[in-house]
Amino acid sequence: MTDRTLEAQDVLAVAERWAADGRPVALATVIETWGSAPRPVGSHLAIDGDGLFEGSVSGGCVEGAVVSEALDVIADGRARVLSFGVADETAWRVGLSCGGRIRVLVERIG
Amino acid sequence: MDQTLLALLNARRRERRAAVVVTNLGDGSSRLVGDGDRLGDDPLHVEIAAALRSGKSGVIEKDGGEIFLNVHVPPPRLVAIGAVHITQALIPVAATAGYDLIVVDPRTAFATPERFAGTTLLADWPETVLPGLGIDPYTAVAAVTHDPKIDDFAIVHALQRQAFYVGALGSRKTHARRRDRLLAAGVAEADIEAIRAPIGMDIGASSPGEIAVAIMAEVIEAFRRRVIDTGSAAP
Repeated sequence: MTDRTLEAQDVLAVAERWAADGRPVALATVIETWGSAPRPVGSHLAIDGDGLFEGSVSGGCVEGAVVSEALDVIADGRARVLSFGVADETAWRVGLSCGGRIRVLVERIG
Repeated sequence: MDQTLLALLNARRRERRAAVVVTNLGDGSSRLVGDGDRLGDDPLHVEIAAALRSGKSGVIEKDGGEIFLNVHVPPPRLVAIGAVHITQALIPVAATAGYDLIVVDPRTAFATPERFAGTTLLADWPETVLPGLGIDPYTAVAAVTHDPKIDDFAIVHALQRQAFYVGALGSRKTHARRRDRLLAAGVAEADIEAIRAPIGMDIGASSPGEIAVAIMAEVIEAFRRRVIDTGSAAP
């Protein structure tokens, strides 16, 4: 059961498998939260070169923005830290409407 | 993050060993520090040790830069003693809550693969299988056979191994008798107090499915509200 859960649902296991298959992979990680952020610090979202993703860094509010940023990270290999929150124009547009603020590290696996 | 580092991290997680990924947010470099590694020479040994104890991930400031410590502690799991109807109902409930379920029951009439398809099922005595499971502070044990011959060892073992949750099925009367048996066997009063009995959060559960939900709710509460040792005082 442990193995099955790890292999089937676990974001880090998915990222490892994708990378082992030779797919370009980026990993997004929630590193800080303030207020009512939907996913705790340490939560992961794995993204491949085609924009396929597994996991979550919010309740679905900012995943779209993180995925598009991840494609840039895959392209240039440079890790970055993204900030989302209600006070932030971009965040408002992408809709972190829960009132929380989060910082997300996006890095390439490889 | 290096692909090798990711593979090492996942290997550790499969072994239920704690680990910390240390990422320098300035240059994006990462390294892996594990439970049991010698931390003495590590410039962040104080912070890493604290993170391993608390299980809390977060950003720390060091020498004017930011460092992210991502702590990976083993996922909580649930060991059910008793392959009974309640345990069958626990299969989807535990999976939904993200808990791995392991079922132990020496009674082969109960512990059949048909009744527990897709679940780790150990048709043997707790005395035989529990020591090999590595019951730890990330493991919950629910004893639901109603039979002291099967439940008692599991309860005492779970208490000794500091399982974060030890629950036992049975009425208050049954539990009073259990209490007497455990005291006679030398179990400390405080440990006996930690046993959740009657088992399950008090939601008036009646059917096996409802009792499974009540048990799971109690397990979740025990884990999420557990007292975290921050290492500020010696135990």
